[in-house]
Amino acid sequence: MAAISQSDHSQSDHSQSDYSEAGRPETGGPLDASVRVDLYRMMVLIRTYEERIRQEYHADKTPGFDIGAGKIPGEMHLAAGQEPVAAGVCPHLRPSDALTATHRPHHLAIAHGVDLAKMTAEIFGRQGGLGHGRGGHMHLFDPAVHFSCSGIVAEGLPPALGQAFAFRHRGTDSVAVAVTGEGGANQGAFHESLNLASLWRLPVVFVIEDNEWGISVSRRASTSVEDNSLRAAANAMPGVRIEDNDVEAVYRAARTAVERARAGHGPSLIEVHTLRLWGHFEGDPQTYRPDLATVEERDPIPSYRRLLVEAGVLDEAGVERIAEEAATKVERAVEFALASPEPDPSTATAYAFE
Amino acid sequence: MTVVEEPAAKASPPPPRRLTMAKAMVEGIAAEMERDPSVFYMGEDVGAYGGIFSSTTGLLERFGPERVRDTPISETAFMGLATGAAVEGMRPIVELMFADFFGVCMDQIYNHMAKIHFESGGNVKVPVVLTSAVGGGYSDGAQHSQCLWGTFAHLPGMKVVIPSTPADAKGLMISAIRDDNPVIYLFHKGAMGLAWMAKTRRALGDVPSESYETPIGKAAVARPGRDVTVVTVSLSVHYALDVADELASEGIDVEVLDLRSLVPLDRDAIVESVSRTGRLVVVDEDYRSFGMSAEVMATVAERDPSLLTVAPVRVAVPDVPIPYARALEQAVLPTPERIRAAVRQVMG
Ligand SMILES: Cc1ncc(C[n+]2csc(CCOP(=O)(O)OP(=O)(O)O)c2C)c(N)n1
Ligand SMILES: [Mg+2]
Repeated sequence: MAAISQSDHSQSDHSQSDYSEAGRPETGGPLDASVRVDLYRMMVLIRTYEERIRQEYHADKTPGFDIGAGKIPGEMHLAAGQEPVAAGVCPHLRPSDALTATHRPHHLAIAHGVDLAKMTAEIFGRQGGLGHGRGGHMHLFDPAVHFSCSGIVAEGLPPALGQAFAFRHRGTDSVAVAVTGEGGANQGAFHESLNLASLWRLPVVFVIEDNEWGISVSRRASTSVEDNSLRAAANAMPGVRIEDNDVEAVYRAARTAVERARAGHGPSLIEVHTLRLWGHFEGDPQTYRPDLATVEERDPIPSYRRLLVEAGVLDEAGVERIAEEAATKVERAVEFALASPEPDPSTATAYAFE
Repeated sequence: MTVVEEPAAKASPPPPRRLTMAKAMVEGIAAEMERDPSVFYMGEDVGAYGGIFSSTTGLLERFGPERVRDTPISETAFMGLATGAAVEGMRPIVELMFADFFGVCMDQIYNHMAKIHFESGGNVKVPVVLTSAVGGGYSDGAQHSQCLWGTFAHLPGMKVVIPSTPADAKGLMISAIRDDNPVIYLFHKGAMGLAWMAKTRRALGDVPSESYETPIGKAAVARPGRDVTVVTVSLSVHYALDVADELASEGIDVEVLDLRSLVPLDRDAIVESVSRTGRLVVVDEDYRSFGMSAEVMATVAERDPSLLTVAPVRVAVPDVPIPYARALEQAVLPTPERIRAAVRQVMG
């Protein structure tokens, strides 16, 4: 079981003081077998997707490497290794709940149910994409599931507050999940958002993906606290940190936080100590990274598979089937994308206004 | 991002050497850091990484982590820190990784860095150099492809320099560091000569090995010509020169004026050139309205509209965010095709 560090340093008798209890991660008994298989299935789907995008991205950038060339041009930030965050948080969400992601959005988009085919077409810059090829991989918007993301670090957080505000105004129990990397937790927008969400008791769940790196700058070299969940206490909300990239621990912590938000008790913060399996972006030589040698062995997917097989929750045939299902889904999405036409250049100025 | 190392410049062979714009920029920074201990460089990924666009390659190794500092992703804090350090007599160079990110720290830039000298009645100097990457053309989308120099230039209190050649990259950097005002130094990603981006041959050029200043506020005639004046800046200078070479074979003689600096703007150079050619094309990779292209035209109109024998034409980004898909992005950028068409248009 994962180490879970509890960092709820609530000493004030703030009127919203139920946060200290609510933030305590439940440890409970084992999760249902079906939940565990679903967690695994989602992680595999995400990984299969990221591997495929990686392959397509590099397929036609040679000789050499020209970032603007090929069928997927531009920067590409993939989330391999961070599957436990998306797979653990999103089962608690409904399509009516909002999620705002970062420049590294695919895993969260997939787990929140963004249309995989249209998302893929957007990444390929096609007319059939979510944004008709205008946005690209850092700018995926799917209003059907209230999903959005931003390429500006931490700036995806404030809009989540507004979505939560609107949900409450309409009298629904929908919630908004606002995701940032650990690097983004040093931005003003992060601290302002925590305060405002707490002050107005908005139904928000802040999720920090601590993959230890903000491009080439380590968490240690950029952050004054050892643990970003401490920053929740500064804003009178519960904060937990999940160690070991443990998908089940993320699942439990997110359940508590989402329930709390739905019940009208205000925001919480979850930091997940996760793993950036690949470079910051594709093409990143990662020469600054001393932990490269041990990255592969920290991959969260093989270890979770072993755990489930040993627990008798999954057998080899099940593992096989899940892999095939994922491959088929991804293949269909890529086929859809490639069959979608390139946008017509004469429409380049469209969509600036309604 | 350094996917493949660029051809290494050998340690100071006799001048001039051919360097990429990135290497020339670093050379300018290093020369001033060597000369003046109050100069330091900070920003995101400027240390071990050497700058995402190779703007600081080798500086950490040479000057150490005290003077070449990786910052947290806290632009407001470190932008303001630059201002404060400058007020106390240091000469900070602060990198904003992409100009597009000014949104998260603009108050520190335009209400503080740029206004303190004025508000103090000239009693407080703010000698900051703010370096930032600009430009598109490689499908980086609406938040990572903008030029935005017109915005900096519009707001009073900052000089704005934009090199297009390696030699100017070095000379303007040295001038910017020595200048007692805030100087915004914008380098185009596509002009840096990066190994992992589409290359323009003009990103490589002769660079004197000694230290020298390129004057801020002086345009350069990148190519003299009789028939049309193309006024532009940054990567578009490369494209305008390519188009000029091509059209020369058709008997059209294009003059290319590289502004090099928007603030101060070399209005005399613009007027002087147009007074000889009578025809004006302005090429600007920034948004079309309320920007550099209008300012250049207004300069001519205010001095003497009769200099123009035909209505001027501008080639700029129509007023939409930069689209991601390649075909769409190429349709809004000032490509050689669009520049060529504009020159033909004013030639009638
Ligand atoms: C305001 C702003 N500053 C800088 C950047 C450049 N940038 C993009 S991603 C990144 C690192 C982000 O680190 P983190 O928040 O930990 O997310 P991760 O990439 O690790 O997922 C930086 C500095 C940006 N996009 N926006
Ligand atoms: Mg990170």
